[in-house]
Amino acid sequence: MKPAPFAYLRPQGLQHALEALAADPGAKVLAGGQSLVPLLSMRLAAPSTLVDINALPGLDRVWADDDGVHVGALARHADVLASPDVRRVQPLVSQALSQVAHATIRNRGTTVGSIVHADAAAEMPMVITLLGGSVTVASTAGERTIPAEELYAGPLESTLRHDEVAVHATFPALAPGEGVGFAEVARRHGDYALVGVGAVVRIDGDDVVSARAGYLSVSDVPTVVDLTETWGDHDAAAHRALSALDPADDIHATAAYRAHLVRVLTARVLAAAYDDARTRASAGRDRDDG
Amino acid sequence: MGEELHDIRLSVNGLVREVRVPARRLLSDALRHDLGLTGTHVGCEHGVCGACTVLVDGRPVRSCLMFAVSAVDCSITTVEGLTEPDGSPEGRLSAVQQAFAECHGLQCGFCTPGFLTTITAGLRDNPAPTEDEAREMIAGNLCRCTGYVNIVKSVLRASQIAEERS
Repeated sequence: MKPAPFAYLRPQGLQHALEALAADPGAKVLAGGQSLVPLLSMRLAAPSTLVDINALPGLDRVWADDDGVHVGALARHADVLASPDVRRVQPLVSQALSQVAHATIRNRGTTVGSIVHADAAAEMPMVITLLGGSVTVASTAGERTIPAEELYAGPLESTLRHDEVAVHATFPALAPGEGVGFAEVARRHGDYALVGVGAVVRIDGDDVVSARAGYLSVSDVPTVVDLTETWGDHDAAAHRALSALDPADDIHATAAYRAHLVRVLTARVLAAAYDDARTRASAGRDRDDG
Repeated sequence: MGEELHDIRLSVNGLVREVRVPARRLLSDALRHDLGLTGTHVGCEHGVCGACTVLVDGRPVRSCLMFAVSAVDCSITTVEGLTEPDGSPEGRLSAVQQAFAECHGLQCGFCTPGFLTTITAGLRDNPAPTEDEAREMIAGNLCRCTGYVNIVKSVLRASQIAEERS
């Protein structure tokens, strides 16, 4: 269980890192390494060069503005989870992060790294897709911003080019009238989820005007389903969700059990998101009245 | 041509140590093989079991999921660095170590270094955990002997000992 040999670079500036990536098509970026190092140790990956970005300045920032929450490429899950700005501006990010692996892994793993690792069984790719966020990437040719809906090409495959490094991710802020929910079922706390579901529900008074759910571990890529038209009908919502998903058998669960979890968690998470929207709307009214 | 070697400095338990390692040397192996600090144990070697957990800048991190060359700017604490100074050459057991001894928090001892480092940081962040919080604190570490009952007791006892000593 030792990695194959690789050349190692630890650039002190972004430009140097980008030039190193451009120079070697077999190079990979090393950030937190919590997914990459096991892949190397099991020899499922053998890049010719690792470009370690941990010494790059300024990439560990987490900040909020009118666009939402921004997370730099070296911000560890633990730092994003601890950020009051993130919890206030987009609480779904905090809710989902608390379910990412164990605390020890969150201390080293990065949120942006998890997003571009593109594991459909991971929480953050689903969350950024559900929220309609984006990832800003840099190369020697300049920067570009990839919308989350264009980020995932297949299992463990993002649309970043080999010479690009993700520099930050953006999660849009929770809009007025919106509420969020998140739940997952795993064999043991901290393990990969058998199924995970996130939801964003928007209300106007007592009416639900939008209900969307995102799914992890039940398809090859993070999948978002619009469930607005099925609001109030659990069977119809589950049917619509499952028609967009592809639950599979593995050693942890059967496809039928995963489908069952989709039904249960969809109802549970939509209800939680609706309650959250009501609570926030009511708190907002109290504030306006006060 | 041989594999390229890197001359690096690692700050471990308050001492700066110089080692020459290939880039692929895991931090866990650098600690054990290059520095002789065999208190850090290697179990699964892919981040699941928690036996190799060390403190990196005070936070628990899997040393099998870091390369030594990537740890150059960090301050590392291994289980060997947990004892507290009391004037004697070897120091005294830390509150967490004392609690494991009192509560029979270990049997074979293989997983223990990872638990001790994890709980040391956990109690610093939350000095008086509930039993549920104690369980959550150790959720990322596997033990195949104890069934965890005495480890949870040890967390709670360590909290008391730290309080008594302060």
